[in-house]
Amino acid sequence: MAIIMAILSGFALTVVAPWLCRLARGATGWIIALQPVGLAFYFASQLHPIAAGGVIALSYPWVPGLGIALSFYVDGLSLLFALLISGIGALVVIYAGGYLGEHPQAGRFYALILMFMASMLGLVLAGNVITMFVFWELTSLSSFLLIGFDHQREAARAAALQALLVTGAGGLALLAGLLLLGQAGGSLELSTLLNEGRAIQSHPLYLSILLLILVGAFTKSAQVPFHFWLPGAMEAPTPVSAYLHSATMVKAGVYLLARLSPVLGGSEAWHYLVTGAGTATMLLGAAVALWQTDLKRILAYSTVSTLGALVLLLGMDTVLSVKAAMLFLLVHALYKGALFLIAGAVDHETGTREVTRLGRLARAMPVTAVAAGLAALSMAGLPPMLGFINKELLYEAKLQAPRASVLVTSAGVLANMFLVAVAGIVGFAPFFGRRADPPRMPHEAPLAMLVGPAVLAGLGLVCGLFPDAASIVVSAAAGAVRAEVTAVELKLWHGINPVLGLSLLTVAAGVGLYAARGFLRRAGSIGDAIGRWGPRRWYSLLLASLNGLARVQTRLLQSGYLRRYLMVIVLTTVALVGSTLLLRGGLTEPVPSLLDARFYEWTIAALILLATLMAVLSPSRLAAAAALSVIGYGVALLYMLFSAPDLAMTQFAVETLTVILFVLVVYRLPRFASLSSRRARLRDAAIALLAGGLMTALVLTAMTLPRDLHLATYFAENSLLLAKGRNVVNAILVDFRALDTLGEITVLAVAGIGIYALLRLRLEEPADSGSSQPEEEV
Amino acid sequence: MGGLLVLPILIPLLTAVAALLAWKRRSFQRALSVLSTTGLLGAALWLLVVVWQNGTQTLQVGNWPAPFGITLVADLLSAIMVVLAGLIGLAVAVYSLGSMDPDREQFGYYPLLQVLLMGVCGAFLTGDLFNLYVWFEVMLIASFVLMTLGGERAQLEGAIKYVTLNLMASALFLAGVGILYGVTGALNMADLARRLEQVRQPGLVTALALLFLIAFGIKAAMFPLFFWLPASYHTPPVAVSALFSGLLTKVGVYALIRVFTLLFVQDVEFTHTLILVLAGLTMVTGVLGAVAQTEFRRLLSFHIISQIGYLLMGLGLFTPVALAGTIFFMVHVILAKSALFLVSGIVYRLQGSYDLKKLGGLYRSQPVLAVLFLFPALSLAGLPPLSGFFAKLSLIWAGLEAGQYGIVAVALGVGLLTLFSMMKIWDQAFWKPAMEDDSTKSSQSSSWALWLPTVALAGLTVLLGFAAGPLFALSRQAAEQLLGGR
Repeated sequence: MAIIMAILSGFALTVVAPWLCRLARGATGWIIALQPVGLAFYFASQLHPIAAGGVIALSYPWVPGLGIALSFYVDGLSLLFALLISGIGALVVIYAGGYLGEHPQAGRFYALILMFMASMLGLVLAGNVITMFVFWELTSLSSFLLIGFDHQREAARAAALQALLVTGAGGLALLAGLLLLGQAGGSLELSTLLNEGRAIQSHPLYLSILLLILVGAFTKSAQVPFHFWLPGAMEAPTPVSAYLHSATMVKAGVYLLARLSPVLGGSEAWHYLVTGAGTATMLLGAAVALWQTDLKRILAYSTVSTLGALVLLLGMDTVLSVKAAMLFLLVHALYKGALFLIAGAVDHETGTREVTRLGRLARAMPVTAVAAGLAALSMAGLPPMLGFINKELLYEAKLQAPRASVLVTSAGVLANMFLVAVAGIVGFAPFFGRRADPPRMPHEAPLAMLVGPAVLAGLGLVCGLFPDAASIVVSAAAGAVRAEVTAVELKLWHGINPVLGLSLLTVAAGVGLYAARGFLRRAGSIGDAIGRWGPRRWYSLLLASLNGLARVQTRLLQSGYLRRYLMVIVLTTVALVGSTLLLRGGLTEPVPSLLDARFYEWTIAALILLATLMAVLSPSRLAAAAALSVIGYGVALLYMLFSAPDLAMTQFAVETLTVILFVLVVYRLPRFASLSSRRARLRDAAIALLAGGLMTALVLTAMTLPRDLHLATYFAENSLLLAKGRNVVNAILVDFRALDTLGEITVLAVAGIGIYALLRLRLEEPADSGSSQPEEEV
Repeated sequence: MGGLLVLPILIPLLTAVAALLAWKRRSFQRALSVLSTTGLLGAALWLLVVVWQNGTQTLQVGNWPAPFGITLVADLLSAIMVVLAGLIGLAVAVYSLGSMDPDREQFGYYPLLQVLLMGVCGAFLTGDLFNLYVWFEVMLIASFVLMTLGGERAQLEGAIKYVTLNLMASALFLAGVGILYGVTGALNMADLARRLEQVRQPGLVTALALLFLIAFGIKAAMFPLFFWLPASYHTPPVAVSALFSGLLTKVGVYALIRVFTLLFVQDVEFTHTLILVLAGLTMVTGVLGAVAQTEFRRLLSFHIISQIGYLLMGLGLFTPVALAGTIFFMVHVILAKSALFLVSGIVYRLQGSYDLKKLGGLYRSQPVLAVLFLFPALSLAGLPPLSGFFAKLSLIWAGLEAGQYGIVAVALGVGLLTLFSMMKIWDQAFWKPAMEDDSTKSSQSSSWALWLPTVALAGLTVLLGFAAGPLFALSRQAAEQLLGGR
């Protein structure tokens, strides 16, 4: 129950946040933060039972017909994420209070960030894959709205859309994957699926399931080649970048991989796909980060690199690598969250995020500077920070990798070298580096904006010195992923071993890169090259060609010409019905008795055909109308011959009236002119003949079948007896099938209203032509 | 309880007559129209409850025994559809109070509205194929007059295309009924179903099935027969657009479901696979059409087409889950689509245009409206936990179960494009800053009559997401009836 309250309270707060903000103004952040703080304490209180192997599971029916339940499944992995989400959430909300100040739309900001927080919690606590997917998409949506928070700027809107489309596309793949997973595993419940690993891996659709789910995870967690939306998302306000696009949401893909690794992991395909994507992402992100000059973009690319590293670790799928991944999650959230918040503070105070224009801020912003230094140390993996312990564990895991350990280890070392340099660029240089010329002279950020960085960076230090607290969380999480009790012992000092050697190498090379950063930037830019040829360009090409295709297709289909529409419809009819007749054996030989008509029947038929020809060919409207009425009279004569005198009389009356009416209006019409070319007329004639031929074939075939006269017999027998009518047709019209007649009378009445209104009511066109435009013809 | 079946036809008919008699008395007609649509909704809900509890209801009109007279039948699908007709009717009746101009109101707008509802309900309730044709005619003439009412140039041009192409459908439908009658001697659908099984020439029956597929496909705006819809739906007043978008094409789909579950199931391999292919093409061409638009209502019109594809997908898959998905989707799309048209009307009222290029700044100035747009728009795109998500989910589930991966991929991809084009409206009308020279904008305060139905319909798309369980159970039950009726 508490789990549901944890999520629901967030959504409830979302609704009231705008009003709260109007009341509490500057204090809103502090007030709202009470909710995530409370949650963090609640989750912390669950730590011990869950670390001991307990699981909180509860379930309410949602759509039982499809196996969807609102169920929750909380184990160590969920708990690690829940702690990060609520803990960092609290700090970010407080920070946002200072960052936004008296922003007119601050209320909406709080609402959206609360909505995100609740959705993200739902994602990691969900126990049914569809429930999880629901929250997954909600995080994408809140991310979209938050990236576009500054919606007056076109860049922000475009970045928001890009993020939504990329993660949305991945989401759709994920949905298909999860549904297939459910069908293969026989349930959508995690608790069941987690035990079905073997059955699923031997299922014929295993590879498709894996691929689809990986696409979902990779788009969300910004893996190559889908990574490009994440740097774009830096258009969001900085608290959003820190929270969604670094600490939590982008890790949803990692969460998913960890969550499903007992089900999907361990196969060759898993190993190569996941490790491959992770390695590529890790290297690309790290390398590109070094060439960026915007603080947030640097951090974004380094986040991409970290996400790659996490995915790589999960791909290796050993006890050690999972441990390392879980620790890395925690470490990264702490230092990267801090650095993002610091970048926001720097931007807020100086008016720029260009690293080339920042330096020596330590004097003006001492608290921020200390936090930045600590976070950078942790990022660079130096003692005594938690980041150092983490890096040791990383290297150890990679050295012991079952496959290609040399390759992944060297890739890891290479990426870390870059990240050491990047840590210097973002955490050290702006505060302690050479003096530069920021647009505004800075002073220390307000208290609300100091709490977050200080707490996060401080935790990195405290946990480094006293790693026991961290090890409880991490071992609970790792134990959940490996589905076995996994003790994680974290220590600062492991003695002199190959891992330490690698660490020293990394730091030394990183410092070298840092020193050479100016030279490297001038020498050339990997970032530019990737921007020019990378997936972001494919994205815009894809978008452009989609729009182009849509335009061409629409112009082709919806041309605006009624005659083309008619032509397509008639041709479709002929093609579909005709081919069915031929293919499905619908045609039969006409029975000779069909041709066994009497002489005068033939005469009338010939007359009708001739009149039809004349109606079509005549250059005079009047003549055509007369010919049409000849057809009508002919049909009426046929009615007579087949003993339906009332039908014939009605038909005669209608035909006569029609001609009279037509004569009355014909002189008011414009001169008749044939606008179609000869070719068009021939084409139309061919189409018309085809359509007529089809109908003839259908009717003739139908005539070969024996007639069933049960209705006719009943009507004939009962019209006088029961309906008290001597005339069977009339009895049918007004009694047996009176409802039809009621409908047709209504049609006539409405037609009357329509004509009256057309004659009498002619509204002016609205002043603004934006309203009703006729369809343009192209 | 059979008498209940006639109420959804009788209430609008009597209201139309009463309103016609009170020709120039606007306020009477306005009050009457709301009152009667409320009654219609009430009767429809009652009918649904009765059908749910006691099973399919029938009424032999004029007490002529089936199959000789006309039979009205309400199974769950019919009852659900009638409820939707009542709901949309009520929403539009209220919306009209605030949006319809006095001129149109004096020229029979309200009676026409009622006649249209009568035709729609008749089509949902009849168990007789020729009677269905009659209701189609009633709908066609009422919608045609509603579309021309006012006589603006664009209206007339759209209406000509509308009526010509729809008459084509009527002609094909009538030809189909005629030949079918010639082959079986029956018009009552249940009777027809029985006799069709005994026809010695199954190929001919399949060809006739295709004839019906085309006739109803035109009505339903299926690919490649949908031209009338984008040509006309953006021309009448927005209340009329909303009504049409909610109900007209859906009657076509309803008719398709009816005949392709009850009558034409001799050659499912062929006919339903064809429907599946056409469903995919309908989705894709519709959504691409929407992507190409820059006018609010036209964009929405193309989306109607694309959503029709989803409805047909369930029919094409032809499993209980798939048909349940189609029925669920029907409920969802009628509400969401009408809500969006109603939103477009409010936007027009606020900013005086439907042109996305001229709109802007609504997110800042009208946050409530922004939410009212987002709910149905995202629901249409299939985002959870809104109604559209579960609607698509059940279709996709059924598609995967049947191993029809192609249509599943199309359905998912079209979902993304739907999102894309909905976000285009969001980007242009809501997020983009307002134009500087907004002096021309009519800043009339919009009345509660516009907001109330919009809030109700948009709210329902959210509510149905949370209540997806019961609604799916209902749809599933309706689907079982459709398949088990055989």
